[in-house]
Amino acid sequence: MGEVIVITSGKGGVGKTTTTANLGTGFALYKQKRVVMLDADIGLRNLDVVMGLENRIVYDLVDAANGICRTKQALIKDKRFENLYLLPAAQTKDKTAVSPEQMKKICEELKEDFDYVLIDCPAGIEQGFKNAIAGADRAIIVTTPEVSAVRDADRIVGLLEAAGFEEPKLIINRLRPDMIKRGDMMDVDDMIDVLAIDLLGVVPEDEKIVISTNKGEPAVADETSKAGQAYRNIVRRLEGEDVPLITEEKTEAGFLEKLRQFFGLKAHTK
Amino acid sequence: MDFFKFFKKTSSSSKDIAKERLQLILVHDRANASPEFLEMIKGQLVDMISNYMEIDKEGIEIKLTSMESEDNVEVPALVANIPIKKVKHSSKF
Repeated sequence: MGEVIVITSGKGGVGKTTTTANLGTGFALYKQKRVVMLDADIGLRNLDVVMGLENRIVYDLVDAANGICRTKQALIKDKRFENLYLLPAAQTKDKTAVSPEQMKKICEELKEDFDYVLIDCPAGIEQGFKNAIAGADRAIIVTTPEVSAVRDADRIVGLLEAAGFEEPKLIINRLRPDMIKRGDMMDVDDMIDVLAIDLLGVVPEDEKIVISTNKGEPAVADETSKAGQAYRNIVRRLEGEDVPLITEEKTEAGFLEKLRQFFGLKAHTK
Repeated sequence: MDFFKFFKKTSSSSKDIAKERLQLILVHDRANASPEFLEMIKGQLVDMISNYMEIDKEGIEIKLTSMESEDNVEVPALVANIPIKKVKHSSKF
């Protein structure tokens, strides 16, 4: 019996889909888990594109929910990663095409066959959000170090608690250590302080995410990507390993760095 | 570390501004402080205080905000400004 994890945020554009793609691929690639990624963003599907599977869609979530096909028929097998599957959203319908009850049923069915069911939640707190959390056992909240994103994350924490979720976990995405050093970006402690929920991981801003999305290949499989490294660590933490925050995740400037800043010298960048 | 901090300019960085704004926003969001909610509190405050003193009902100001506590931590605060017209003599107890 597997576990259903919903990846949500409230605000759009903070990295829910990227996170879903990378965690899903990470579980399959590094932990040999059977994983299905479910795109719940009906009408604005994107997980298929991020995964590079957009040309292989036949049936979708709405078809499966309404019995037009069997759930298994709607699954797309990722040929690059063994045990990785995608259940794509419909592009032509809207969020009301599926009900929370139907979502619950599909999740129950997928749990039988997979270790992880990762749900990519749409932005917002309306029907799409309610659908996405309906069948989930746990929740991961993604935010970025911006006032608007953290505010929305806090709203989501409240809504998840009201829906009976215990202890949602936080991923802070697109962190820029250089800006934090200058005092121009909230650091990890600031956000944990404000939101008062457990931290699951910190993903640094990384050009490789754009490049990997261009290609449709998740960055988690790229050994040289810093964001990919952060996602690999998150996968291990979700598997119960105790993994400390990686260097890129740490934001405290070293002594030499301070000295450079003090004398107005530019910090060297890799 | 503190040595360097000592020489740094004291004006608050933009991240401090962000955190402060965020904390205030969340006080409102979490309290679900709708105008109706604040009106309700205001009405009950007026009723209660009117037992002891005559107050200017039009001049009452009530808002949800944050203030610094004794140990320099920002905490949410309900601030009410209630102008008193006259203290009732009968309110001795």
